[in-house]
Amino acid sequence: MAIEIEQPRVGLSKVAVSKTHGEDSPYFAGWKAYDENPYHETSNQSGVIQMGLAENQVSFDLLEKYLEEHSEASSWGKGAPGFRENALFQDYHGLKSFRQAMANFMEQIRGGRAKFDPDRIVLTAGATAANELLTFILADPGDALLIPTPYYPGFDRDLRWRTGVNIVPILCDSSNNFQITPEAMEAAYQSAESMNLKVRGILITNPSNPLGATIQRSVLELILDFAVNKNIHLVSDEIYSGSTFSSSEFISIAEILETRGYKDAERVHIVYSLSKDLGLPGFRVGTIYSYNDQVVTTARRMSSFTLISSQTQHLLACMLSNKEFSENYIKTNRERLSKRYDMIIKGLKKAGIECLKGNAGLFCWMNLSPLLEKPTRESELALWKVILNEVKLNISPGSSCHCSEPGWFRVCFANMSEQTLEIALERIHKFMEQRKRN
Amino acid sequence: MRLIVPLQGVVQGRGGLIFGSLIPCALFYFLQLYLKRHRSPKPRSNPPSPTTSSPKLAEMTRTSSRSNLFSRSIGQVRISSRATSIAKPNESPYYIGLDKATEDPYDRLSNPDGVIQLGLSENRLCFDLIEKWMSENLGHSITGRDNGELNINGIATYQPFDGTMELKLAMAGFMSHIMGGAVTFEPSQMVLTAGATPAIETLCFCLADQGNAFLVPTPYYPGFDRDVKFRTGVELIPVHCRSTDNFALSITALDQAFNQTRKHGTKIRGILLSNPANPVGNLLSREMLYAILDFAREKNIHVISDEIFAGSMYGNEEFVSMAEVLDSEGFDKNRVHIVYGLSKDLSLPGFRVGVIYSFNENVLAAARKLTRFSSVSAPTQRLLVSMLSDARFIEEYIKTNKRRLQNMHALFVAGLKGLNIRCADSSAGLYCWADMSKLISSYSEKGELELWDKLLNVGKINVTPGSACHCIEPGWFRCCFTTLAEEDIPVVLERIRKAVENTTDLLNSS
Repeated sequence: MAIEIEQPRVGLSKVAVSKTHGEDSPYFAGWKAYDENPYHETSNQSGVIQMGLAENQVSFDLLEKYLEEHSEASSWGKGAPGFRENALFQDYHGLKSFRQAMANFMEQIRGGRAKFDPDRIVLTAGATAANELLTFILADPGDALLIPTPYYPGFDRDLRWRTGVNIVPILCDSSNNFQITPEAMEAAYQSAESMNLKVRGILITNPSNPLGATIQRSVLELILDFAVNKNIHLVSDEIYSGSTFSSSEFISIAEILETRGYKDAERVHIVYSLSKDLGLPGFRVGTIYSYNDQVVTTARRMSSFTLISSQTQHLLACMLSNKEFSENYIKTNRERLSKRYDMIIKGLKKAGIECLKGNAGLFCWMNLSPLLEKPTRESELALWKVILNEVKLNISPGSSCHCSEPGWFRVCFANMSEQTLEIALERIHKFMEQRKRN
Repeated sequence: MRLIVPLQGVVQGRGGLIFGSLIPCALFYFLQLYLKRHRSPKPRSNPPSPTTSSPKLAEMTRTSSRSNLFSRSIGQVRISSRATSIAKPNESPYYIGLDKATEDPYDRLSNPDGVIQLGLSENRLCFDLIEKWMSENLGHSITGRDNGELNINGIATYQPFDGTMELKLAMAGFMSHIMGGAVTFEPSQMVLTAGATPAIETLCFCLADQGNAFLVPTPYYPGFDRDVKFRTGVELIPVHCRSTDNFALSITALDQAFNQTRKHGTKIRGILLSNPANPVGNLLSREMLYAILDFAREKNIHVISDEIFAGSMYGNEEFVSMAEVLDSEGFDKNRVHIVYGLSKDLSLPGFRVGVIYSFNENVLAAARKLTRFSSVSAPTQRLLVSMLSDARFIEEYIKTNKRRLQNMHALFVAGLKGLNIRCADSSAGLYCWADMSKLISSYSEKGELELWDKLLNVGKINVTPGSACHCIEPGWFRCCFTTLAEEDIPVVLERIRKAVENTTDLLNSS
């Protein structure tokens, strides 16, 4: 009989075995429940409705119409001239025409109130990569970034996993609609110092995920002042900038810089992507816009690990440089999102549920704290489980967004048809009625 | 400092020493000092554009631009130490040469005096076939149709980060085909990435910690220095190979390097191979593959086999993939990881399609999650599924590509031979490894770089010097010939001849 000799197990890295990918949290567990029993309008009407994914599906028809009418975008024309050059193009500067189109699109979204220079745009395969890349550039392993809570659960993974950088939360609460205050920023800074962590930057998401609200001008000024004061960087993730319900309510950090004559600009970096505003997360298109030359140069080089397919750059350059298309898209998309938002707020109100006043994004920030047994994280998770398993809705619990107040939930409304949203609202209504009766 | 002018007055004795020149001199000096310290930038509508950096992966020394001075003089907000080293201008001839060739590219008709690019391993020999396929097959949009209606939903929404099953299936089939059908690849063991570059980096993140190292045979692809070291903090330890055995890898050399490194306190986590090799173009024999696997098992380390040139064979030798060897013998598969991509064999570097193929479930699990940072774009996935599934096209492409590669290789190598420049024996790749050691003034890296410079600036051809590939013997150059047309070869040879005109050896063609 052959004797089995135990082979020594070949080891993996700390990164490979770490749990920092965070996929064991409720944020992702809810997705599993959805995957196992997904709602379908005709074939599975009792399935789980996915309200935990911030995807924009309300304007696909506009994209389809453009592609139908402009075959040169998705091919290279008759005989494919330009194909060869495109297929060989792996220059980390990115296609000039595409960068120009992105700069114009970003300007249009901000109503022309800020100018963007295409040579300051660095392309990455998605905003996920952009945020990670910036973290590699701005901070060393062991350093810290300050981030206001509640924040996008993905940041725990994207900003910390491979970079070795820490996140120190800036605590915000409902007493002032979760706005960022100088006291909260200072407290976070002190907290980092007391843990011997060097703070390298502050990262804000504007419009905010999960709050679904834009940051006010006065607050942006305070945040920039704070960054200047501490001599740290300011990263503004403006991925939802085109998803504001009215064009005038979003103020970009770019506008603040413009009014200050670009003084202190070299510490500011903006992240953008087409995943939310244009509803194209599958295309993997992200950008870093930096006012700092060294950061632009370094980010470009690092972007070698995360380049955007030249085919995709070509397609989007055609689409976004079509002024008629982009203007119409921005306007129509806003209107539809606004309509959806009104629909869900009304529906929730009818069921006796209040939400934070929002003006942007693909979700609303719902307050279920009155329903909690105790104002604790455990109670919140218990309630979340009930909503997932009995009401069959996957929504995101505030604790997964590091919200310091239990009972808040993020509810996405743009990744489904209106009919499905109606069904979801009916379920919530029924659930609330039941609870009232008990 | 503009001290010189006032001082001249002193030196030439004009006016009294103190009143005539020293005081105005001092005043002038202090005025300039004051102005320099208190100069405030004019408010502008937008900060100036950053310096245009090179199209490839490096900067030339242009750091003295105005805009850089502007950003340095106000607010010294710092960037990380990782970034600081990456931000430095890249002095490697590999990148400098690529820049020069891109700035002034040769074109037979419109720019006959431009720089001929022989430093970029790109395959332009079969674009006509791909273009034909595109114009015949891209009629129906890449977005797909659903009951006749255009439907973007399928590619717009979030896809699995590690690639769609359709593309994995298509890639598995393609990889198997180009490797002669000797091995089957399992789609479930594949992780697709935005090019082979992130495939290598992702594997390094999974297999090694900061401060660990990989052994890598020299000469090696200059890009590995970036892929492995930039962000992971992992080191590369060269294992030198020599021309006496045609740059073949030896286990003795591996062992020596392993022990040497261990003595210095650095932990070796694996071996990084490229097979077919870049820049030499030789293959690892079946026996050598066994020997490497034995060595890896003995030291309990990983093996990464970058097989990106597997479909670029022109020789008569048989290519054997690591996967093939593992299939047949009872080796521990958990330590083997293969990298592949479509940039070389299918000439689509811009589309960013790479593969990690591993037998280790834990590595696959981690790599899958890491691909969120470098996924293949959905429209590209859709396009490639179409192309790779077209069996007739792929068959024709592979056959024609091999034939044209063989042809170009034969012509180019013969041409070099005519100049008394011999090449290492090779069977694959888009380049040849040429021995120009007889043409260098001193048998050293300095001599090699002088020749490289002459070839680039006088001869106007960009080739990659061996030192950029960490070759231990000076005088070797990698020359890529797949960006050329047949008519360009005599031009290249003439330029080499001209550039080394006064070197007597060239005239002694045997």
